[in-house]
Amino acid sequence: MKINGYKENFELFTSVDLHKTSKLIYPNKNNLSKDKYRDSLDKLLDELPLKDGMTISFHHHLRNGDYVLNMVMEKIAQRNIHDITIFASSLFPCHKPIVDLIEKGIVTRIYAAYISGPVAEAISFGKLEKVCVMHTHGGRVRLVESGDVKIDLAFIASPTCDKLGNISGKHGKSACGSLGYAVTDAQYAEIAVAITDNYVDHIDEYEIEGRYIDYIVSVPSIGDPKGIVSGTTQITRNPIGLKIARLAADVIRYSGYFRNGFSFQTGAGGASLAVSYYLKQIMREHQIKGSFASGGITGYIVEMLEAGLFDKLYDVQCFDLEAVRSIRENKNHIAISASKYANINDDAIVNDLDFVILGATEIDLDFNVNVTTSSTGIIMGGSGGHADTASGSKVTIIVSPLFNARIPLIKERVLCRTTPGESVDVLVTERGIAVNPKRTDLLENFKRTNLPIVSIEELKEITDKYLGVPEEIALGDKVVAVIEYRDGTVIDMLRQKLNR
Amino acid sequence: MRLTKPAKAGTYESNDIYIMIYPTEEDTFIEIESIVSELYGKHIRQVIEAVLKEHNLTNVYVKAIDKGALDYAIRSRMLTAIKRGLEHE
Amino acid sequence: MNRIRRSMLFIPGNNPGMVQNGDVFDSDALIFDLEDSVALEEKDAARELVKQALETFEFNAELIVRLSPLDSPFFEADIEALKKLPINMILLPKASVEGVKVLEKQLRGTNINIMVLIESALGVEKVFDILSTSERCLGLMLGGEDLCVDLNCKRTKSGQELLYARMRVVNAAKALNKFCIDTPFTDVNDEEGLQKDAEFAKALGFDGKAAINPRQIITINKVFSPSEHDIKHSLRILEARDIATKEGKGVFAIDGKMVDLPIIKRAEYIIEVAKKLKLVSDNDED
Repeated sequence: MKINGYKENFELFTSVDLHKTSKLIYPNKNNLSKDKYRDSLDKLLDELPLKDGMTISFHHHLRNGDYVLNMVMEKIAQRNIHDITIFASSLFPCHKPIVDLIEKGIVTRIYAAYISGPVAEAISFGKLEKVCVMHTHGGRVRLVESGDVKIDLAFIASPTCDKLGNISGKHGKSACGSLGYAVTDAQYAEIAVAITDNYVDHIDEYEIEGRYIDYIVSVPSIGDPKGIVSGTTQITRNPIGLKIARLAADVIRYSGYFRNGFSFQTGAGGASLAVSYYLKQIMREHQIKGSFASGGITGYIVEMLEAGLFDKLYDVQCFDLEAVRSIRENKNHIAISASKYANINDDAIVNDLDFVILGATEIDLDFNVNVTTSSTGIIMGGSGGHADTASGSKVTIIVSPLFNARIPLIKERVLCRTTPGESVDVLVTERGIAVNPKRTDLLENFKRTNLPIVSIEELKEITDKYLGVPEEIALGDKVVAVIEYRDGTVIDMLRQKLNR
Repeated sequence: MRLTKPAKAGTYESNDIYIMIYPTEEDTFIEIESIVSELYGKHIRQVIEAVLKEHNLTNVYVKAIDKGALDYAIRSRMLTAIKRGLEHE
Repeated sequence: MNRIRRSMLFIPGNNPGMVQNGDVFDSDALIFDLEDSVALEEKDAARELVKQALETFEFNAELIVRLSPLDSPFFEADIEALKKLPINMILLPKASVEGVKVLEKQLRGTNINIMVLIESALGVEKVFDILSTSERCLGLMLGGEDLCVDLNCKRTKSGQELLYARMRVVNAAKALNKFCIDTPFTDVNDEEGLQKDAEFAKALGFDGKAAINPRQIITINKVFSPSEHDIKHSLRILEARDIATKEGKGVFAIDGKMVDLPIIKRAEYIIEVAKKLKLVSDNDED
């Protein structure tokens, strides 16, 4: 099958046993120039060898407050360059101006681990000329070091940068903490540019080494602090979310893997964060201490570190100001790269995880999870580290309400497979907990508890009784997005959303 | 049977449906706006039609704005609206 | 043994989101409310919504509906609709002897029982009579908010203003072998306050406590469930009793303390409740 803009000899996903790439490229840059600084982006772009068909990379640590991607793309569009591939770790609603560039054929292909907002919609409705490739956080590193993607130009939003190009995310008015996703871009790009709003003489501690950086440009602001990180992340007050979180914490407790030295990861959203609230109580009650928590880090997890409930935090991205403060002050709060986090070719943290708590927009009877599209087939997210952590961790727990208003969680078949059911172990809903039948060890351990264990088929029956069976969503023929598993095999192809 | 006056029931809250019914000289006409129209649009229409039929109501214009209500809620809002619309001043 | 009624969750009758999810929070009973939480012009809508919900879904909890008071224009219509529904009890607000009599008459021929809401000074003084009015009347709930209005006093977190009413209604209910449920704790964000308030109510003899937010259920259920310590101790008592019976001894001691009949009865009760709540399995006793 030929997909416009995608390699022809791709392999389809068959199982979670990883297909490792045999030949890897290693970074070999060593730019020690003292003349990297340029006065303005325009001056730099005049100097750079811009050409049609090039691949430009960005990172998403400034999240929905990022100015850099739009700023750079606007100027490149002005220079009449076409057929550009954007290789961004994630795209957010603030990147709306890219839709216009897609419509004009300036941007024709996009790679990202997560896309939400207008760009996601434009892709879903088939506006992108070539395909969108949706990878995982770990898979992004693999794409580059396997040679599948060659980054021509990397623009690295840099909260602080010194004269040698050493970059730190921990300081400056746009501080965002860890710069985990940007490390690969710096190491492998043909040309790497640091865009900073805090240019300083010298820094001693940095996440990205200056020898990978070729140019430095100073701008008034790289992002809106309000969109970069929220002040504090609060746990949900929704009683259904809290019930699910409490059950998920009990799943951890009775799983058989809850012991001194266990490791844990959870997301920042809704019920996920609340799991740590209940887990904290259980850890205290049973005097259990964890070894590490990882992933995107929130103030809540920081509190657990400071309370001595975990020895270390491995942080690929900070979600709030508390996390940024902690990573700056606490030597046990450690910034890690996306490779160290989740790359299949690295000794990745996800492989040492005991528990991960993840969300889902859809799950099917084989436990396959969709976090890429809405239940009507419009892109509104993506794996991020979902498939990576699910594959790595010993117990993968999905938390989600069984239905939200009239939108069902469990489907006969997910519209888009982000994470294979083989790597998903437990589904926790407000109306019961379903365990993947292949996890006989967990099922055995839960027998001796009061946990409301049911089959996933039973949960679907409950849903159907309340909601009725939904209509099939009709999608078009054109493949708008290829979903890559963490090893680069194609786990699903998303088809075009037809006009409503 | 025909309505004596326009009536409404329900709210715009999540999980609810806002039903407005009007007596009309034309044939019955049902208009639905729903956050789940792609998943349950046809089904919601059937539920509304069934309630109209149970009451032998004709010549009614139904406008429904749905925020993900389940069948029982759609039914109950329809029943309330009809009861209200059949009352005499 | 009677139903376990540790928690009773109020659910606004005109809110579909709460009505359809009422059953997921592990409340022992659900009280669908047609009274205070429903606006006057929406009484008909709430009545219809609760009716449709109860006819559609199978709830695991004990089902109760609070109707409009006897002296309101909605009482008749409420009772007409409720009579035919699969519910366990009707909660009668502003309860009086007369109110129970009227309700009793209306419910003849149904399986629906009555629970009274004691929420006036007169109600507190007459609580024994109100409870004795009908066989159908299985128990009461104390309504602290309205009572304080009647008493013209401030409702406080410590609840000292309710002390007399609480003790009085518990005593009346227990004298008649009926259940009694404590007034809700209104600060839904104060978990610690709720716990203290519930512990105090339990200490006075209440069987359970009303909840006005699903988040309160966990705490209430925990307080009104037998503790791990109570269960262990009760199991020991019953074990010692069995040995004593075998050996033909009338009296026996545990940890140097004599165990007599009331203590055995209390231990039996605790284990019965614990079994019902699956806090202890059937074989643990052997």
